Amino acid sequence: MEKINFDPKFPIYLQVMEAIRKDILAGRLKPGDKVPSVRELASQLGVNPNTIQKALSELEREGLLESARTSGRFVKENSEATRQALESACHQLSERYVQDMLDLGLKLEDISAYLLAYLKTRS
Amino acid sequence: MMIQIENLTKLYSHHPVLQDLSLHLESDRIIGLLGPNGSGKTTLLKILNGLIRHYQGFVGINGKAPGIESRQMIAYLPDEPYFEDWMKVSDAIRLFSDFYPDFDTAKCLGMMQRFQLTKDMKIKTMSKGMKEKFQLCLVMSRHARIYILDEPIAGVDPASRDAIIDTILGNYEPGALMLIATHLVSDLETIFDEVLMMSNGQIILHENAEKLRAEKGMSIDHYFREVFKC
Repeated sequence: MEKINFDPKFPIYLQVMEAIRKDILAGRLKPGDKVPSVRELASQLGVNPNTIQKALSELEREGLLESARTSGRFVKENSEATRQALESACHQLSERYVQDMLDLGLKLEDISAYLLAYLKTRS
Repeated sequence: MMIQIENLTKLYSHHPVLQDLSLHLESDRIIGLLGPNGSGKTTLLKILNGLIRHYQGFVGINGKAPGIESRQMIAYLPDEPYFEDWMKVSDAIRLFSDFYPDFDTAKCLGMMQRFQLTKDMKIKTMSKGMKEKFQLCLVMSRHARIYILDEPIAGVDPASRDAIIDTILGNYEPGALMLIATHLVSDLETIFDEVLMMSNGQIILHENAEKLRAEKGMSIDHYFREVFKC
């Protein structure tokens, strides 16, 4: 995994969860892929192993990861939870964007028009 | 309990360096010992390692006073290198492997490679940073139950710090207790389970790291600066 730029004001395990979740949603970690061990992740990220452990078991509880008894942890295949996580991530980003635009005094239809116009320049 | 300290007091010519200090530490966690210079960190660590024998109070390493038995259990990185100038790297490795049954020579050589340290180097011609890295390799090559590191990153350049942290986390024995004294809080705070803050020879705070961040709403580094503001 790539190094995370931690904001140490906030719990580290939540930031580790966020980074792994992102890797799963973006397909950098694919369904069925083995997740590095607690040890490996701790070294790679420079984070306490117990903190990594907590992040991984929380992701397991969310249904993004699953563990096989002896062989380690894997990204869950055909996971409803992954679909939901993607949806909720998209929702959050949209919400943030729209709220920022509203704060600038724009109306919803202006935002929609602006976004469509912007997307045209990207494609 | 791995480390148990009750009412520990240490005087240097009537001046208390440690004052009625009590502390209980369990295995399987990494604990940051934070405090400004002169707060008593190094004295406390020297007592735990049996280097200072005269003190008042009780100090127990797995139930017994620090001594020969506890030294076999504790891998200790002192705040200053203790090599002799005549030594080569290979001499120091042999010394460690003779003295500590839990020392893993192959592991040590593997770690040294990363820092471009070789067996034929002379200690005398090594830079301060190289000596510190070499010493860390020696200490982390022991399959110890307790690791005590006194300022492990203070003498190395910031670019090497990640590699040092990686070496520490990748090589300590699973389930061990690790106690790390530092004043470079921001570089190390993500690796702590718990933090201890020391001031004037006393422990003024012992708290879970994530809990402390959540409660104070700031990084441990930031909180440390507030507590010890001049």
